[in-house]
Amino acid sequence: MPKLTIDGIEVEVAQGTSILQACEQIGIEIPRFCFHDKLSVVASCRMCLVEVEKMPKPVPSCAQPCADGMVVHTNSPAVKKARKGVMELLLINHPLDCPICDQGGECDLQDQAVAYGRSCGRYRDEKRAVPEKDFGPLIKTAMTRCIHCTRCVRFLNEICGTPELGGMKRGENLEIGMYAEHALTSELSGNLIDICPVGALTNKPNAFAARSWEYQKTETVDVMDAVGSNIRVDTIGNVARRILPRLNEDVNEEWISDKTRFAVDGLRYGRLDKPWVKRDGALVPASWDEAFSVIADRLRDVPAGRVGALAGDLADCESMFALKMLLTGLGSPNLDCRQDGALYDVSSRGAYIMNSGISGIEEADAILLIGTNPRHEAALINARIRKRWLRGGCRVGVIGPEVDPGYPYTYISASPGAIPAILDGREAFASVLKDAQRPMFIVGAGALARPDGAAIHRYVRELAESFNAVREDWNGFNVLQHAAARVGGLDLGFLPQESGWGTRDILNGRLEFLWLLGADEVDLSNIGGAFVVYQGHHGDAGARRADVILPGAAYTEKMGLYVNTEGRPQLALQAAFPPGEAREDWAIVRAVSDACGATLPFDTLMQLREAMFEYAPVLECAGQVQKTLWESFGGDGRLSHDPFGLAVPNFYMTNPICRASPTMAKCSEEILPLLRREGTE
Amino acid sequence: MNRKTDAFAFDAETMARAQKIVARYPEGRQASAVIPLLDLAQRQNGNWLSQEAMDYVAGLLGMPQVRVYEVASFYTMFNLKPVGTYLVQVCTTTPCWLRGSDGIVAACKDKLGVGIGETTPNGKFTLVEVECMGACVNAPAVQINDDVYEDLTPETMGRILDELKAGKSPKPGSQAGRRGSSPQDAQGGPKEEGGDA
Repeated sequence: MPKLTIDGIEVEVAQGTSILQACEQIGIEIPRFCFHDKLSVVASCRMCLVEVEKMPKPVPSCAQPCADGMVVHTNSPAVKKARKGVMELLLINHPLDCPICDQGGECDLQDQAVAYGRSCGRYRDEKRAVPEKDFGPLIKTAMTRCIHCTRCVRFLNEICGTPELGGMKRGENLEIGMYAEHALTSELSGNLIDICPVGALTNKPNAFAARSWEYQKTETVDVMDAVGSNIRVDTIGNVARRILPRLNEDVNEEWISDKTRFAVDGLRYGRLDKPWVKRDGALVPASWDEAFSVIADRLRDVPAGRVGALAGDLADCESMFALKMLLTGLGSPNLDCRQDGALYDVSSRGAYIMNSGISGIEEADAILLIGTNPRHEAALINARIRKRWLRGGCRVGVIGPEVDPGYPYTYISASPGAIPAILDGREAFASVLKDAQRPMFIVGAGALARPDGAAIHRYVRELAESFNAVREDWNGFNVLQHAAARVGGLDLGFLPQESGWGTRDILNGRLEFLWLLGADEVDLSNIGGAFVVYQGHHGDAGARRADVILPGAAYTEKMGLYVNTEGRPQLALQAAFPPGEAREDWAIVRAVSDACGATLPFDTLMQLREAMFEYAPVLECAGQVQKTLWESFGGDGRLSHDPFGLAVPNFYMTNPICRASPTMAKCSEEILPLLRREGTE
Repeated sequence: MNRKTDAFAFDAETMARAQKIVARYPEGRQASAVIPLLDLAQRQNGNWLSQEAMDYVAGLLGMPQVRVYEVASFYTMFNLKPVGTYLVQVCTTTPCWLRGSDGIVAACKDKLGVGIGETTPNGKFTLVEVECMGACVNAPAVQINDDVYEDLTPETMGRILDELKAGKSPKPGSQAGRRGSSPQDAQGGPKEEGGDA
């Protein structure tokens, strides 16, 4: 534990801490461009120079480990002079176009130039200009602004595992780019916009939309996958313009996926902004009261056993809970939140969540992926696995689709047939799992939705138990959900009640009244003449079939609780108002209950939540994962020998918001073919 | 992203040499062989590196393609565009310039009918200007493919190009007849065996 003095303050730090990190620990800010605490250290920008006594020259503090007895000055005239010199060199080729640069106002170079820049430049020669590059539909480039910190190069190398950018040519001609330009294929490429310390890489779909200080900022959570990334939604007026990550080391660290970031423009198109009622075979705009009375009339005529409801992938807990109460109040047992029709045992919580937690991946020393492509089902969880692999001492095995997740793995088989072979040790990977202290088994929700899903579920539990992955200090049984609403729905028991029907039976035509709560990923072709109420925010598949459309709010437009795949409840806050006459979803359900004379016992969101927490206490502490007691669970049937398919065939098109997003459409068009060529899918 | 390609492959002889080079490095450090392998690829590929050739080297060494492009674009001796059969590289750095490289460039332009950076229409010669090639003591110097011609005058330069055009192999080294870098009019200097210097 070296002890050193920084600016007269004595500090003791862990072995290997750099001077820059030590400074941060005691609250001294060191300017930097190339250093990023999640990336490797290159010490190329030289902005973090400090003076260390008895060293002849200023040293880059990001790359200099602390040593015992060091005396560091971060604010001496020599340091200031050195940094001023660095800044002047950086600005030689940097254009003075801050007024038209999207980074303006949140630019490291701009900020630090205030502290270390000269009032005017002394450089009288020609500046260099670099042609713009085409990095695909998401990232706009202005490479003349690049200061060659190589954060983007290292990010793609290290975090994504898709090394596509590099420093081409040399010296004066050095350019960050590719040899033959193509769209970046990483699902995390949008983070390059955040880590770029200047305006070289900016948000293409949101270019020139606003100055950074004009945004209204709301901290909330994402619903594009089941990771529950912490995000900040930036709005102008009532329009959500951009989405940025918030730091949460337990969930998304400081990254978000491209879908999370760029599907935001889907919130502007294809929205349901008023109620619609079908009259004489055609949907016509209606008032809320008309819509309610049509529903109430219908419910009066249909026996309760013929009423059912399905919840979609983006539903918040409150609206699912309200709808469940409405249906059970009417006497209908036909409920399901599993759009994919999965039938595995969900009687205990440990059976459907990621018990190790996302940050638990970093403690694992052997990981077996079963029927999942985490790169597309949960890009940030995949990034964690890569992070763990990169540190060394962790092997990854795959049973399922052979894809490129960005790290090497031992390929075992395409079908679940190999699971019994691992169980009885015939398969070579079994020895890896056996030697591991903390083996981890991750089974994709897509695998569990197969006809033999229940058997796969049971087998994976047996794997986890037999390799001692379920014990007091470690639980290596993990289900990787990919729908934001799923764990919440299961926690709230939005499931077939006593002798009720599940998704498959609901959709097979026996129902007379079907309520779709944002359920668009279901096959409605066999429901016959059922009366369909679609409650949701986009005119997608469900609305097309609906007899009554109730316009709801998207995730940025309501307060709501979402539970991620770890079982972590997180509160979403309202960043904008729903468009037109659309309303918060729980309130719509509450109003319908009133209209059909089965009034729900709450008038405010808080009352609803109180009732909800009483039913499911695990949801009460937002942000916290409650410890889950392990209960063994069953699962009938035999394993089939069909190969696992891809649960998410198109990463960019998984829900109604993405499908309405022009940016996501461009990504499917430009990036997907590259992935296919490369063999990622 | 590693593109899959089979547009380029080492022939058996080059492959044998490549394997020898790769074997010099410890297991897991094969990427260290990237420069000599790119050189082999360039030689096999008509003195330039196509993207396919670089991709092939990347695949052979198990490294990301972009890392190979970085190396290939860093070193000026890797040609990333096709060049003529003879790549005429005229040194114009200070010592050669003081010793008359302007006249050498003019002679080349005149003889080949092309400017700097251009290739003759028959695809035989590409004329480029380069920085110091370390032959200052025998300035001015020109490198044509692997051979360096020194102590040039516009006349000897023209003769060399004529011989190359005629399919002959002009003798590399000093064109003033001296051996190595010995003084031009040295009395006791080392003399070439049976030479006439």
